[in-house]
Amino acid sequence: MIISVASGKGGTGKTTVATNLAAAMDEQVTFLDCDVEEPNAHLFLKPEITHRQPVYTFLPKIDEDRCDRCRKCAEICRFGAITVVGNQVLLFPELCHSCGGCLLVCPQHCIDEDQRELGHAESGTAKNAAFHHGILRIGEAMSPPLIRWLRKNFETTGTVIIDAPPGTSCPVIAAMHGADYIVLVTEPTPFGLHDLALAHQTVNALGIASGLVINRANLGDNSVQRYAEENNLPILLEIPFSREVAELYSRGLLLVEENETWRRLFGGLYEEIVRQITATGKVS
Amino acid sequence: MKEYVIISGKGGTGKTSLTAAFATLAERSILCDADVDAADLHLLLSPQEKQRHDFMGGNLAKIDQELCTQCGYCREICRYDAISPDHVVDAISCEGCGVCVDLCPEKAVAFPQQKSGEWYISTTRTGPMIHARLGIAEENSGKLVSLIRRRARQMAEEEGYQRIITDGPPGIGCPVIASISGAEKVVIIVEPTVSGMHDVKRVAGLTAHFGIGAMLCVNRYDINLETTEAIEKMASANAIHVLPRIPFDPDFTMAMVEKKTLVEYAPDSATSKIVREVWRRIEEHEAQPASQPIHLPKLNVKE
Repeated sequence: MIISVASGKGGTGKTTVATNLAAAMDEQVTFLDCDVEEPNAHLFLKPEITHRQPVYTFLPKIDEDRCDRCRKCAEICRFGAITVVGNQVLLFPELCHSCGGCLLVCPQHCIDEDQRELGHAESGTAKNAAFHHGILRIGEAMSPPLIRWLRKNFETTGTVIIDAPPGTSCPVIAAMHGADYIVLVTEPTPFGLHDLALAHQTVNALGIASGLVINRANLGDNSVQRYAEENNLPILLEIPFSREVAELYSRGLLLVEENETWRRLFGGLYEEIVRQITATGKVS
Repeated sequence: MKEYVIISGKGGTGKTSLTAAFATLAERSILCDADVDAADLHLLLSPQEKQRHDFMGGNLAKIDQELCTQCGYCREICRYDAISPDHVVDAISCEGCGVCVDLCPEKAVAFPQQKSGEWYISTTRTGPMIHARLGIAEENSGKLVSLIRRRARQMAEEEGYQRIITDGPPGIGCPVIASISGAEKVVIIVEPTVSGMHDVKRVAGLTAHFGIGAMLCVNRYDINLETTEAIEKMASANAIHVLPRIPFDPDFTMAMVEKKTLVEYAPDSATSKIVREVWRRIEEHEAQPASQPIHLPKLNVKE
């Protein structure tokens, strides 16, 4: 069962919801922080990291001595990562999408498999959670392949909670695709509402069931609640704004470890999600 | 002409609210919203659309079932697992690399270009605004960001605007790199939390990686004074210019609800005065001649 926690707008409380949800559960859970550009979940779950490994993607390596400058590789590359200028064949690693087309079309067989480092992955344990996160290399533009690598290698058959990146484009899709349920997190402000609507459309385009957590529920206006009602988006939980919550967050503390009320609320959130997934009748 | 790009690493630190406030304070400036997959700036500035253009993004493979012999070669060579056992391309997984298009023995794969969004030239009460909307679940956000920034620069040169103020996306990946490359000045808005501290190191590492000078402003500093000080110390140690701190102020949300910027909603408030001072300092710092290439020492980031 894969639960992905997402939002259109950044900073609405995705990580707060994902980490507290995981920590409130009695059972074992796999936690994947897929916000690989700015991973933060480890600051709250505080896992003991036991394993660290670099993650690579395919990059061609051209043997210039054997290359006869036929340009077939440059022609198939839609991303402009290979060009032939005069008698030189130039490779731009940061533009390569690792499709492997050049490898397949080279008639001289002078292209080999090399690799580019996307970043690295770290794994460890935090109480009831097997914890994994990806850390994008600074200067690397492409986060989706690292997100896909994390999911491919660490998703288990039990409950998996994914902390997704913000936005509505490819990195978020990589973190939501194939999930059983999406928890959308927003705040009741015009920005929060606008980006929630975009995120909700994205979730609907993927055909995944979803529910809403409203964070800082007493700031702003009630337009988010109205949106949820009009668009059949169930409200799973409302977290009121308080200076206490903001300060706990600022120090990297989990709400569920501060008091029993929060533990009960997040435990209830998990039960509600399970109930809704069961109701859809398609659990992976 | 100078372009100021407001970024944050972590989302929700107040980039857009401050960008809009700066726009009301800046004279003769063009606004550019580079957060193309969750653009919000228009909600504060109610732009009137003057021009609308389609954004043609990448292409997607489409298999003609009449021509397809189900040989399976495309499935074998696709590195994105985008083709189903019954030879239908999953548009969400397709990267648009065109390898199946070129190598299908039956030439059964078409490769139509996709409309991936729209971009607009508008006017607002603060001046022109160039913004965009990436389609739902679309790719190529970096390409769209580059396009609208290029268009803003062109307009600034043609019409004699002195500055472009660009609202950047969160993160450090593709659209952020597309937002800051070639910019004259980057302003990082950060919040004093463990996440904010963690993320600002990575975003500062990114500006250093590309050799772009940066300034930093702690927003909602009073949520955690100790972390505010630690962040400012880290910034100073890495040659990042530290701007005045802004307190937590519910007026930012109230202004947003009324579709106003903070300095329009509460022009005489203490926070508005600070925001004016932050902008003055950004301008002032920018005015210093940057005759030497900016060199930032490598960040001491422990991960």
